[in-house]
Amino acid sequence: MKGWMGKIKALLVFSALALFLTACGKDNLTALVPKGYGAQSSMDLIILTTVVMSFVFLVVIIALVIVLMRYREKKGQEDYIPKQVEGNQALETVWTVIPIILVIIMAVPTILASFDLADNSGASKHLNVKVTGNQYWWHFDYENDEFQTSQDLYIPVGERVYLNMISSDVVHSFWVPSISGKLDVNPENTNTLYIEAYEEGVYWGKCAELCGPGHSLMDFKVIAVSKEEYEQWVADMKAVDPEEVPQDAVAAEGKELFEANGCMGCHAIGASPAQVGPNLTNYANRTTVAGVKEHSKDVLVQWILNPEQYKPGNLMTGKYPELSEDEADKIAEYLLQLDATDITPESAGK
Amino acid sequence: MSIAATQKRSFGAFLWDYLTTVDHKKIAHLYLFGGGFFFLLGGLEAVVIRIQLIKPENDFISAGFYNEMITMHGTTMIFLAAMPIIIGLMNAAMPLQIGARDVAFPFLNALSFWLFLFGGLLLNISWFTGAPDAGWTSYASLALDSPGHGIDFYIAGLQIAGAGTLMGGINFLATIVNMRAPGMTYMRMPLFTWATFITSVLILFAFPALTINLFLLMFDRMFGTAFFDVALGGNTIIYQHLFWIFGHPEVYILILPLFGLFSDVFSTFSKKRLFGYTAMVFATMLIAFLGFMVWAHHMFTVGLGPVANSIFAVGTMAIAVPTGIKIFNWLATMWGGSVRINTAMLWSLGFIPSFTIGGMTGVMLGSAVADYQYHDTYFVVAHFHYVIVGGTVFGIFAGLHYWWPLMFGRILHEGMGKLTFWTFFIGFHLTFFIQHFLGLMGMPRRYWVFLEDQGLDLGNFISTIGAFFMSFGVIVFLINIIYTAVKGEKASADPWDGRTLEWATASSPPPYYNFKQLPLTRGLDPLWIEKREGNGKMTPAEPLGDIHMPNGSFTPFLMSLGFFIAGFGFIYQTDNSLWHIALFGGMAFALGCMIYRSIKDDHGYYIPKAELEREAD
Amino acid sequence: MSQDHSLYPETMPQHPERATLEGKNKFMGLWFFLGGETVLFACLFGTYLALKDSTAGGPSSEDMFGLGLVFIMTMLLLTSSLTSVYAMYHMRNNEFKKMMLWLGITALLGMGFLGLEIYEFAHYITEYGFTFRSSAFGSAFYALVGFHGGHVTFGICWIITLMIRNAKRGLNLYNAPKFNTFSLYWHFIDVIWVFVFTVVYLMGKVG
Repeated sequence: MKGWMGKIKALLVFSALALFLTACGKDNLTALVPKGYGAQSSMDLIILTTVVMSFVFLVVIIALVIVLMRYREKKGQEDYIPKQVEGNQALETVWTVIPIILVIIMAVPTILASFDLADNSGASKHLNVKVTGNQYWWHFDYENDEFQTSQDLYIPVGERVYLNMISSDVVHSFWVPSISGKLDVNPENTNTLYIEAYEEGVYWGKCAELCGPGHSLMDFKVIAVSKEEYEQWVADMKAVDPEEVPQDAVAAEGKELFEANGCMGCHAIGASPAQVGPNLTNYANRTTVAGVKEHSKDVLVQWILNPEQYKPGNLMTGKYPELSEDEADKIAEYLLQLDATDITPESAGK
Repeated sequence: MSIAATQKRSFGAFLWDYLTTVDHKKIAHLYLFGGGFFFLLGGLEAVVIRIQLIKPENDFISAGFYNEMITMHGTTMIFLAAMPIIIGLMNAAMPLQIGARDVAFPFLNALSFWLFLFGGLLLNISWFTGAPDAGWTSYASLALDSPGHGIDFYIAGLQIAGAGTLMGGINFLATIVNMRAPGMTYMRMPLFTWATFITSVLILFAFPALTINLFLLMFDRMFGTAFFDVALGGNTIIYQHLFWIFGHPEVYILILPLFGLFSDVFSTFSKKRLFGYTAMVFATMLIAFLGFMVWAHHMFTVGLGPVANSIFAVGTMAIAVPTGIKIFNWLATMWGGSVRINTAMLWSLGFIPSFTIGGMTGVMLGSAVADYQYHDTYFVVAHFHYVIVGGTVFGIFAGLHYWWPLMFGRILHEGMGKLTFWTFFIGFHLTFFIQHFLGLMGMPRRYWVFLEDQGLDLGNFISTIGAFFMSFGVIVFLINIIYTAVKGEKASADPWDGRTLEWATASSPPPYYNFKQLPLTRGLDPLWIEKREGNGKMTPAEPLGDIHMPNGSFTPFLMSLGFFIAGFGFIYQTDNSLWHIALFGGMAFALGCMIYRSIKDDHGYYIPKAELEREAD
Repeated sequence: MSQDHSLYPETMPQHPERATLEGKNKFMGLWFFLGGETVLFACLFGTYLALKDSTAGGPSSEDMFGLGLVFIMTMLLLTSSLTSVYAMYHMRNNEFKKMMLWLGITALLGMGFLGLEIYEFAHYITEYGFTFRSSAFGSAFYALVGFHGGHVTFGICWIITLMIRNAKRGLNLYNAPKFNTFSLYWHFIDVIWVFVFTVVYLMGKVG
């Protein structure tokens, strides 16, 4: 009996430890370690409501345990008939009034925070980015269509950025757990969300509204860099020359293949507000391939050969002639040399 | 005392009996086994989902198939498993609890069941051609985008099943208003009957919203209208509103009947009158009323603005008050009682902490700004499983153990029952508790895969292991059913020292006419009163006389079959106009059945007094 | 207990439609059903109000609606509600022939309403090319008004079936509840039309 108990104890301790180590999740992804304004507002309320409700839970559990200890049917007293109590006005009033007070304690801060987070009156004084959700990627349009990025959203740290979001197809939801709670991206109206990152870093973002087979792979990043770096980045992005032929011979061949196979029909390099497929400007500095895969040439070649294997249901598959491995390799080389700026994801969080 | 004389009958006669029955007790059996079948199917889908999520970037099933899996799991469990089983329990107990001989419209009752079954079958036939894949909510933008016929099956199946549910609701309402036995005033009705009544009101006012919503979606998909077509001025948010105007009350449709049931169980096995009966009744009403006022808390992140979000946040939190009243009244019912812990009671006791967790996360979700983080993540998945499994499924198990003697005349095996409870209870908490954290750690719901190195591996692994425990518990329960049917202990008419009228009939299961003479109710817990203050038997409220009974009918089955065929016609007429034959043929057939029913006189029949007298001994 | 449901002047109950348990149940059931129908129409009204300005460049309500025709339709339907009241009055007095006469007039008025509605729809389609595929407004308009029209059609079929079935049998406790439920249903359709008239036509023309 003792050994058995010991094993269970060891197992419990081990589980508790394992849980503790992973308890808060991955930094810059988890909502439990807030690093932005919206996430902090939410976290404050999460903590408040958890504390209040845990108190209620505790009361219920204590009462239940007492009932189970004191009022079990006793052996030999199966015929005992307890007193039939109709109710107790005072007691019932207590457990009506106390919850009402608790609800008020939780409701008031909720209302205040709701209005605070929905207050977009400062939008004109701050940076605005137009965000478009697509099956299954994100389009970011800066400063009145001057330049665009896809999948990676660069923002200056410590500043409010207003995101004006709309969907080109079905409903999506924009969620960067560490920085801000989510807001839906609807096809019929523009929703505005402001975000503010407290620290530099690469924050993981996800689509949170079922949008088709590729829903779970519709990830993106928010890259918060210092104000100076951000300004440098904007200047570099504006200076991109889309016609520039790469120095490297392989890459130059890749450019030709890129054009010959009609990739330009969907993917713009350089400024272009239209967005059938992701804008590939500055592709060399992307954090990931297709939003979820390691940013390496091998992966990119595989992606070009068969996007379906990485992102089921994507709209790129089958839209271009079949490519040989060699051709895909050259196109990948070209894309990986589209390097517009020194401000890279690594710049964040130095 | 051998009214339920077991005659040897051919299987054909047995089948025909059930196909044409209008007896609420037999319809309850049909609902239980129909709903039980879909429950197993939905459970299987759940296990497939959990296996897919056992490790990061798993490829056990494809992304498209996964979306079909989650859609069908949700839809099946809610519409085809939980609700029918609940309606089955209502059919089994409610007419008896008010001392009635049947429901108000026995024919409609049968029709409700067959519509549910054919609707459910139609929906599940989609597995062979591509199931719906836009989530159980089937939000318009994605549902319109979805290729193939999956969503069309969803629409047709739910429309047919939903019509059945709506009729069921009306039927129960009319029954409770008109058919209570003498002395059974409203404030003497058992809590389960009260819950049935209030749930029926919810069904009545919530399901039409679903009907219209599905109707609009159907027209957009099949006939080219533009309700949700943004290019032609349509608006997909209307779909979300209509869906949740139905969908939120639906949640209470799933839980309130079990609140009623738990009240009966706690009271019976504590040998104590329900504490604060009046407060319990009004708390149920208040929950139902507030249930219609809070639908937009499912839409906090849609961008409705801070005013709407605040109103719906406060409304949502307010529901905690009547729910709290109920929990504390249950505890107070047991307090000072003589609590006997059998399987039915074990499920009820397990319900209290489980559901309280579901309730507390519910209040947490009601805080709009906190919900910006919770919404559409595994936190929400955890929350509603705590409510629907920890409340509804626990309640269904409690109800099955409590009323199995009433329904089948035998008592379920206690040992196996307890084994089921413990494995299911532990498995349930293993599966879902960790999911609260997964959600906050950045895992949205409806994710086919989660990525490596995002801190989500361990939680998902534990969750999947829990699902296996739950499956084991369910398998033991199935064995228990078979064992009980063959060797189970035969039950007396009143095996639990019951308090309410369903235990006051001549036998378990009750004779087909329920009560030879309608009983006279003298207060709350009428049977208990007679046992303590009277001679232990209900006083008859009428002299022995002929009993009027409804005739059985095969028409409900045929009518539902007509709609079933028409459903196929609707689904496939977009491909080939020949399917219009099925559409119009099926509709005409169903309508023909309706006209036949309308013009053919059906006065029912009488059981002569003499025969009843003969059965008395 | 007997199976004889026939009515005789000397044993005539005051409310033959609610004299039996079946009759009471039908009466109660229909009221609940109408409660559900109210939600059904409320959802359609909500959808219509949300989409009535989404004409997508197509014709709008101001362009098309003519109040004259709709006014005649309204009068027809309101009158039919009144005639069904007469029918129920005669039922309670056990005057079967008169009841049938007034029910017949009710059905005719309903058909008149329906004919005008079909004419109205045909007019919009041929004159303006305005169909349920034109715009979200078109979809919402035809859904709401058409759904009401469908209810009228169903009601007419219902009463004709009832009248034919019972033409030779006279009134009894078995069929009295059936006539009564029809009449309740018919009033409900009428009330819905008043809202359709106000929300769709008056508000569509004026504001």
